[in-house]
Amino acid sequence: MKQEGRILRRVVPLIYFTLLMLPIYWLLNMSLRLTPDILTRLEIVPLHPTFENYLHIMRDPTWYITYWHSFEYVALNVVISVSVALPAAYAFSRYRFLGDKQVFFWLLTNRMSPPAVFLLPFYEFYQSVGLFDTPFAVALAHCLFNVPLAVWILEGFMSGIPRELDETAALDGYSFPRFFIFVFLPLIRAGVGVTAFFCFMFSWVELLMASNLTATAAKPIVSVMTRTESATGLDFGLLAAAGMLTILPGAVVIWFIRNYIAKGFALGRV
Amino acid sequence: MARIQLRDIAHSYRPDPNRPEDYALRPLDLVWEDGGAYALLGPSGSGKSTLLNILSGLVRPSSGQLLFDGVEVTDRNTRERNIAQVFQFPVIYDTMTVFGNLAFPLRNRGVPRGVIRERVEKVAAILDLSNELGRRASGLTADAKQRISMGRGLVRTDVAAILFDEPLTVIDPALKWQLRRKLKQIHNELKVTLIYVTHDQTEALTFADHVVVMENGEVLQQGSPQELFEHPAHVFVGDFIGSPGMNLLPCILQDHVALVGGQPVTLSAHALDAHPNGALILGIRPEFIELADPGEAAQVTVTVTDIEPLGGHQLIRGRLGEHEIAIKALPEILVQIGETLPVWLPHAWIRLYSDGRLVN
Amino acid sequence: MKPIKQSAWLLVLPVMVVLSFSAIIPLMTVVNYSVQDILGPSRHVFVGSEWFSDTLQDPELQKALLRQLVFSSCVLLIEIPLGLSLALVMPTRGAASSAALVLLGLPLLIPWNVVGTIWQIFGRADVGLGGYFMNSILHINYNYALNPRDAWCTLLLLDVWHWTPLVVLLCYAGLRSIPDAFYQAAAVDGASSWAVFRHVQLPKLRGVLTIAILLRFMDSFVIYTEPFVLTGGGPGDSTTFLSEFLTKLAIGQFDVGPAAAFSLIYFLIILLFSWLFYTVLSAQGRAEGPV
Repeated sequence: MKQEGRILRRVVPLIYFTLLMLPIYWLLNMSLRLTPDILTRLEIVPLHPTFENYLHIMRDPTWYITYWHSFEYVALNVVISVSVALPAAYAFSRYRFLGDKQVFFWLLTNRMSPPAVFLLPFYEFYQSVGLFDTPFAVALAHCLFNVPLAVWILEGFMSGIPRELDETAALDGYSFPRFFIFVFLPLIRAGVGVTAFFCFMFSWVELLMASNLTATAAKPIVSVMTRTESATGLDFGLLAAAGMLTILPGAVVIWFIRNYIAKGFALGRV
Repeated sequence: MARIQLRDIAHSYRPDPNRPEDYALRPLDLVWEDGGAYALLGPSGSGKSTLLNILSGLVRPSSGQLLFDGVEVTDRNTRERNIAQVFQFPVIYDTMTVFGNLAFPLRNRGVPRGVIRERVEKVAAILDLSNELGRRASGLTADAKQRISMGRGLVRTDVAAILFDEPLTVIDPALKWQLRRKLKQIHNELKVTLIYVTHDQTEALTFADHVVVMENGEVLQQGSPQELFEHPAHVFVGDFIGSPGMNLLPCILQDHVALVGGQPVTLSAHALDAHPNGALILGIRPEFIELADPGEAAQVTVTVTDIEPLGGHQLIRGRLGEHEIAIKALPEILVQIGETLPVWLPHAWIRLYSDGRLVN
Repeated sequence: MKPIKQSAWLLVLPVMVVLSFSAIIPLMTVVNYSVQDILGPSRHVFVGSEWFSDTLQDPELQKALLRQLVFSSCVLLIEIPLGLSLALVMPTRGAASSAALVLLGLPLLIPWNVVGTIWQIFGRADVGLGGYFMNSILHINYNYALNPRDAWCTLLLLDVWHWTPLVVLLCYAGLRSIPDAFYQAAAVDGASSWAVFRHVQLPKLRGVLTIAILLRFMDSFVIYTEPFVLTGGGPGDSTTFLSEFLTKLAIGQFDVGPAAAFSLIYFLIILLFSWLFYTVLSAQGRAEGPV
């Protein structure tokens, strides 16, 4: 690799990540200060950092239970979306069948539907089947945009694997399930990793449906955060602390799937 | 084209190898002359892929030197070594036409356009791709794509060798023999050094002038297909080559005669002179066992357990004492299951193995 | 080239079942509302296309649409090349790559209202790091609350900061999925880094780039929370994009009709553009030669 290339690969990411972290640092900064302070003085480094905001959250059961609620429906959603998307993506990638192109594009239209449009029907529907205020309601509602996304991303990665590999495996005596799990999936693991993370992420931050399809038993953290508004206005410090805490689970998720995303593959022996 | 020499090359994927088992490739010396067609034959895990990757520069050997025409290239990377490689799966440039694919290595080196056209057309003719030159490479069949991959190695006149890493894996079985013939043709016409890695003995034996048989990281034998067939140096070679492989019959030496399944078999004086000891195995190929003429006394008797008609010959399976034995015979000879068959094991074709290795 | 196998529908069935709850029923409901005038709980009168034509001729709508188109174009023109370039230089192995992946994920995981809030404070000249830097260090007169140009720039910067990691992650995963054999073959063929990019990497990233373009287009076209929190649509209506426009329309009126009509129009516009992108991008990939 040329010398300039090497320098580029070191310096550019460094600059980018520094810039990327500035607003996150700012979030941290705000979380360690009280709102009146935030709104009146500029402190590049908090002069009197306080954990008051964090303590407020951790002491209040309605706050920390909602973290668990969020995690419940997001986990459900990721599992459902990815498992349902895998066979469908394989079908779109490997075969032609009646209506395949149309259905594939139709999936995309689900992803682009403004959720506000579906809110009322969802509300009525889940009320009528008794799923309102359960993690299932939100998990299923989020499938609206996550399932198409999962199918699209997985199909893209699956199409990168030459079809000859499937046939070779069949000749070598692999049954289809064994081939799919032990040979095929490892080859697209970067795609699976990215898909799982995106499904997690889009479901985790979704506010409208998660708030409106739940009441108390399944209330997620994102909607509780809107409660930070009081008579004196938005409680920025509290909101910032909640925001910081919201990032944590996602960071953990990405840490666990980092090897899926980062490792490519060499076309090895089947 | 280059003369390739591997001097004391060994490779281990472990940082601290001390036992032979730690090595993916045990120390070996090999020389491949310029313009030859060579095969690396062995089952999975035999180290042949490691050896190939050392040749192409993808793996740096733990020890030893690699020389092209006497020049050491161990530290050079893939591009500098001028090695072309054809992989298990076709590697082509999707966005280019067939012509573009074949011309790519030459364009990158600044070869004049007229020369490019001439070379590409010549190579395309050899590979039966002349009619496809204008088409996009990505729309073709797997076997056409493999031909394109081969073609990219052939357009360059200065390539040291072309390495083939199980290139027929994804080819339709009906087309495999066509491609094999094509390779042979290429070799005869262009005199390029070709090194072919495979686990399929048919591919190796029909393609190469000189075969290197490997197992467990070790080179067991190298030689012409005929040498390997007639004088396997190791029981593994005897068994691996040939369809079916060599009969390997445990025997005991007693009074200058080998006892196989309790029955005596005479050995050549040559074999006895070597004073064989240890676990002895008598090897003889099914092709060389002779059925006794009617009325003739036999050396040993075989009880027939199964008969497989195979078109041009029949394969008789039986038992010599408690050992299984296979005999190839002409289809006209009538044999029945359960029959006791008198056979001769000509001592000229008997190979004696002590602890797996040929006694000489 | 792909074999025809109608039974492959069975593999798609689970997806259809899950989505049938999400898509068909609600859409029908909306269509229903939009062509009726709801005069009272029990009187629904079918009024046809009246709502649609009224909505489309609204000059405010046209202005919002134009703003939205400009915004989405800027987003795509910045984020896609930037994301791809960054993915090319990201570390690929070891602790560096793990750290890079985690850091990339962080902006994506922040709830969007919090994102807006961060930048709201960050951009203020009196109490925010960014605002202070602009006004006091660089001596540029910057105020996103009063100056439309500043509001636009801030919003764009916010979106680029927030969403470029998505493009980077997609391209990064796509790059990791290119088998080594292609790079080896290119090395043997004497290809320069640029040739490798053009002939190996870019073609193999086409699928991933299509997804990135479509995702960023769609999401930027319906963007709501961040501009709402940051500028509230202002100053004036300079940052009022389509979704904000729709919300104002729906909240401000008793009749559900116009809002529902606009919902459909909105949806159809996105559909049209997405279909265009999709067709163009996959046609380029349609590599089948003549049979």
